[in-house]
Amino acid sequence: MQYNTPDLDDRSKYLRSLVVRGLKGGNRGHVGSSMSPIEILRVLYDDVMHYDPQNPAMKKRDRCILSKGHGCLALYALLADKRYFPVEELDRFCHRDGILGGHPEQNKVPGVEASTGALGHGLSIGVGMALAARMDRRDSRVFVTMGDGEINEGSVWEAAMCAGKHKLSNLIAIIDYNKIQSAGLTRDIQDLEPLADKWTSFGFAVEEVDGHNIEALRAVFARTPFNLEKPTAIIAHTIKGKGIPFAEGDPKWHHHSRFAPEIFQKMNDALGVSNA
Amino acid sequence: MRKACINKVHELARNDPRVVFIGSDLSPGLLDEMKAEMPLRHYMEGIAEMNVVGMAAGMALDGYIPFVNTIATFLTRRCYEQVALDVCLHRLPVRLIANGGGVVYAPLGPTHLAVEDIAIMRALPNMTVVAVSDHEEMKRLMDVSLEWPDPIYIRLGKGGDPVVSDPDNGFTIGKGIMLREADKAQVLIVSTGVMTGRALTAAESLSPEGYECDVLHMHTIKPLDRKLLLQRASQVKTVITIEEHSVIGGLGSAVVDCLVEGPLSTIPIIRKIGLPDKFMENYGVQDDLLEIHGLQPKAIAQFIRETL
Repeated sequence: MQYNTPDLDDRSKYLRSLVVRGLKGGNRGHVGSSMSPIEILRVLYDDVMHYDPQNPAMKKRDRCILSKGHGCLALYALLADKRYFPVEELDRFCHRDGILGGHPEQNKVPGVEASTGALGHGLSIGVGMALAARMDRRDSRVFVTMGDGEINEGSVWEAAMCAGKHKLSNLIAIIDYNKIQSAGLTRDIQDLEPLADKWTSFGFAVEEVDGHNIEALRAVFARTPFNLEKPTAIIAHTIKGKGIPFAEGDPKWHHHSRFAPEIFQKMNDALGVSNA
Repeated sequence: MRKACINKVHELARNDPRVVFIGSDLSPGLLDEMKAEMPLRHYMEGIAEMNVVGMAAGMALDGYIPFVNTIATFLTRRCYEQVALDVCLHRLPVRLIANGGGVVYAPLGPTHLAVEDIAIMRALPNMTVVAVSDHEEMKRLMDVSLEWPDPIYIRLGKGGDPVVSDPDNGFTIGKGIMLREADKAQVLIVSTGVMTGRALTAAESLSPEGYECDVLHMHTIKPLDRKLLLQRASQVKTVITIEEHSVIGGLGSAVVDCLVEGPLSTIPIIRKIGLPDKFMENYGVQDDLLEIHGLQPKAIAQFIRETL
């Protein structure tokens, strides 16, 4: 899929700088995996979801599950930006007494809806939350963001069948399709194509979108649910490591630890952000 | 026992809007009345244990108390990660109702025998593990289950087991019950599940011979009633554990752990009666496998004689 993606705007760059702050704080982290879903989460939190950082347990909120828990720095960036917790927490990423671990935990981090990290769990939890909303006659929606490598897991497809069966139009599955998993290109490790057809055949209404184009993302979310009788799947075409040119599209930047001291400045220089 | 348990889910659901039933491809018509009465809280899902456990966790995160029911092996082995992370890490009040704990499904072979379920469930932080002795005790467990904040693994027996529990003893999760108190007992038998009935029979048969045994029914294997166990164990020279489960990691191991952790200055002799560390090689019925592995009352009595 070829898209004419606009350049990242200041807000997207700022959110990425928060990811860099976390990487620096922990001197480790999933670099590529945290950069690719930034615009997806930004649009959800800025334009789509109903929530209140002052009252994270508000019953009528929409739920956002980051099923690809290893990309948690992206979620932490949004939650810090929305003041669920002080932005300084990013400096303590993975610290022994910090609340922000290498995978997000629901009972530690305000705003995190489900503890994830083992892949293939989020969609089932989302199905349960979507059914809970139906039982409560609540109009909450549940957004589950999964990685492309993650959907190798069979449990994802169990959950997909179940969501289709129950016609969960309040459930929105988003695939951060950056085409790279840990070992290499998804098309070499475990090809997912034809991906849209897979979700369609499991009972979802599916659309594909440029996962870095803010206007396109706003438009696609505004059209959800695409079908009142079906759950939604949005295949967001993204670039692993987006915004950090030397990491973009390089599987070696999936996860990194013990960074060279100058790397954070290089990342921020690439983002055009002064403070490293 | 299963019927008592499942019917109780319906009864609890009538009185508490948080109660949900989730089955994984069970018998046709199971809880149809509940389905008719409250269709949104009765789910019969496919053969997808990973999904049903994750889905139950999602519901529980939003305030529901889901009772998930399927065959014990599939509810433990197949979806262990979902039980560990989705349920236990979030510390949610999900109830796992496990059909055929132990060797109930003897004719179906090792794929269907849950002989290490207690071990792997009790290894999980926040998990509660319960194996009642009969269907009457099952009802009492279910009645108190809604008040318990943590996940519960409910191990079901075959059903039709003789009633050995006593309503006068009540039922508190985490509290053992002395079902037999002998005068000057030499042995403390600690048993769980339907083995408690067999333990009582064995103890009765030994009494005329001068071997006196107390029987402590430990329906809750986790959290273990340490206080009662330590108190009773300190009064005897020998502790015998009996379970329809591998000798690795089950009730016997829990008892050993408790006794060695102290504070008893002298630890009694401890012997574990259970299933050997191997896949079952025979079929037949549950009683056949129990007999082959020395878990029927006669063999239990003989084991105790020899130990003494």
